[in-house]
Amino acid sequence: MTPNDFRKLALSLEGVEESAHMGAADFRVGGRIFATLAHEAQGYGNLMLDPETQAGFLADAPELFLPASGGWGRMGVTHIRLRIAKKDQLLGALRAAYQLRLEKNGKKRNKTSRRLFLAAPGALGLVSCQKEKPPAAAAGLPEGAALSMRPYGERSPFEKTQRGAREATKSPGVGSSRTPHQDLYGTITPSALHFERHHAGVPSINPQEHRLLIHGLVDQPMTFSLEDLKRFPSLTRPFFIECSGNGGGELAGNAAPDASRSHGLVSNSEWTGVRLRTLLEAAKLQAAAKWIIAEGADACRMARSIPVAKTLDDALVVYAQNGEALRPEQGYPLRLLLPGWEGNASIKWLHRLHAAAEPAMTNQETAHYTDLHPTGKASIFTFEMEASSVITRPSGTHKLAGPGFHEISGIAWSGRGKVAKVEVSTDGGKSWQLAALDEPVSSKALTRFRLPWTWDGQATTIQSRCIDETGYVQPTRDEIIEARGPNSNYHYNGIKVWSVKADGSVTNV
Amino acid sequence: MFEILLLAALAQSPSIGKPATEAEIRQLNIDVFPNGKGLPPGKGTASSGFALYKTHCAECHNEKGEGREAQYPALVGGVGTLSHKKPVKTVGSFWPYATTVWDTINRAMPYDKPRTLKPDEVYAITAVLLHWNGIIPENFELNEKTLPAVKMPNRDGFVPDSRPHQKKR
Repeated sequence: MTPNDFRKLALSLEGVEESAHMGAADFRVGGRIFATLAHEAQGYGNLMLDPETQAGFLADAPELFLPASGGWGRMGVTHIRLRIAKKDQLLGALRAAYQLRLEKNGKKRNKTSRRLFLAAPGALGLVSCQKEKPPAAAAGLPEGAALSMRPYGERSPFEKTQRGAREATKSPGVGSSRTPHQDLYGTITPSALHFERHHAGVPSINPQEHRLLIHGLVDQPMTFSLEDLKRFPSLTRPFFIECSGNGGGELAGNAAPDASRSHGLVSNSEWTGVRLRTLLEAAKLQAAAKWIIAEGADACRMARSIPVAKTLDDALVVYAQNGEALRPEQGYPLRLLLPGWEGNASIKWLHRLHAAAEPAMTNQETAHYTDLHPTGKASIFTFEMEASSVITRPSGTHKLAGPGFHEISGIAWSGRGKVAKVEVSTDGGKSWQLAALDEPVSSKALTRFRLPWTWDGQATTIQSRCIDETGYVQPTRDEIIEARGPNSNYHYNGIKVWSVKADGSVTNV
Repeated sequence: MFEILLLAALAQSPSIGKPATEAEIRQLNIDVFPNGKGLPPGKGTASSGFALYKTHCAECHNEKGEGREAQYPALVGGVGTLSHKKPVKTVGSFWPYATTVWDTINRAMPYDKPRTLKPDEVYAITAVLLHWNGIIPENFELNEKTLPAVKMPNRDGFVPDSRPHQKKR
């Protein structure tokens, strides 16, 4: 490596700018130096580490690193011998210095994660794991180890499943992406694979500046910062969110070839936040308030009117998803969460709640998300997502290895409460068997069902139906069309049938 | 029991959050209701709006609100088709309230520069869409009083959710 390689790699890190101090080049993030070329003439690059990290690096690769002389060296400034450094070693070292600088800039040190990451021998291994191909052993790690610890985890480079995205219009930012249920297990959807539906892109919101305003028919209009909201009694629960358009293609007669395209607009997370009721009580909600209009801070100021009964029942204002802050695509830093109700009403990037006597009849609750019946009338404020299910394994695009034992597994849910049972048919609907449900079964959350199955190698179909605690039975597509016609678009929950061919391949019917 | 203790504790502790000021509310609140509540003073006619439509809307919604391909649905036409095999849902055929047209333009349009239009401009563009749908004459003045009084063709086209569509087992 050369001083110029050092420069290029330093500048390849996000937000890094080159500057100079006393005639020597330095590299800064957030205006603060993390690396310099002040000893370029001696063949060294300089890294602003801390003593702990420096010790780890020296133990790791004594031929490559040495402390800078005097007090600077004791504080952690470390030389790297550029001539013998390999590219991934140099990048790894620069990343470590960069990461430390970012942490100091943020003044939010997480001591545990820092210690784990930095004291690790072979912290340089960080680099190799970023590559697509299976990582090669990094300097200092024992044979058979490919990487050490890293500050924010990534899945194995062998794992490739991802959301399928579709831009609904040519307007950038409008569209949806779907959870790949055919590749997943269990009930919690990884945050990175939660489905998305955006009506005008994803805003970038600084949580320090974000406020939630509650106004209208309240005795005391209030604003809450994120810090305020986190002071209230909190609650953590799993809930599904399902777009009311989930399965719309099935209704339209375009049976989807895989579980992502048929049912990818439902996902399930563990959410943490505060009861909306608590906030409305803090603002002293008036009895005259019958609706709460919730508005997001996205570009289109997406707004929905919510009946006050729901807001006083189980509605939440959440700031966390699966144990960490919400993902930007899920409304960071704050979203409404209406358990069991159509997803678009759980307003993301929530910044305003307006207590009113009547609904606002916004675009998104009149022109869209209403179900047109054959009579020409459309039903409005159709909130609950009715009981549904889909077999995810085996499902479309899978291939059974051969006759014999296979577990049939899938997900079931109901917006009206708990899944009571799931029945599975492997003979074209002639007979139905009771599937086992993974405990605990949570209300308004995805439930995993399983059924052992011995496949005889003959072509057949497999399908599931969910029965919820109200006794409601998931209907067939024909039954839905009979009840509300082929143009109702939303709130489809018909039974999904997969075809198993004699060669083991699984397709849509 | 736990909940009661909690509520008692909350009631006694100094309140969390800050009272909102009238100015804060005015700055953020853009909601408009079917009865006209929330509409700012202003006025516009279709004739005063044609040029505005061309500048701010036509790129996506086409010259006369006919939409473009399947990507930008039509804003005009389709009245009487809602019970057909292939219904055409537009502002004219489907939207129940004129205030929703004003609100949509005001809060979300133009797509790439939302909330840059002045109230008079929003009234004028709303008037264009209502005029092209045959709901108001070209020189009818829309303002905070006349807009909520406009009756949309599909005003009575919505019914409450009637599900579940099956008997309990």
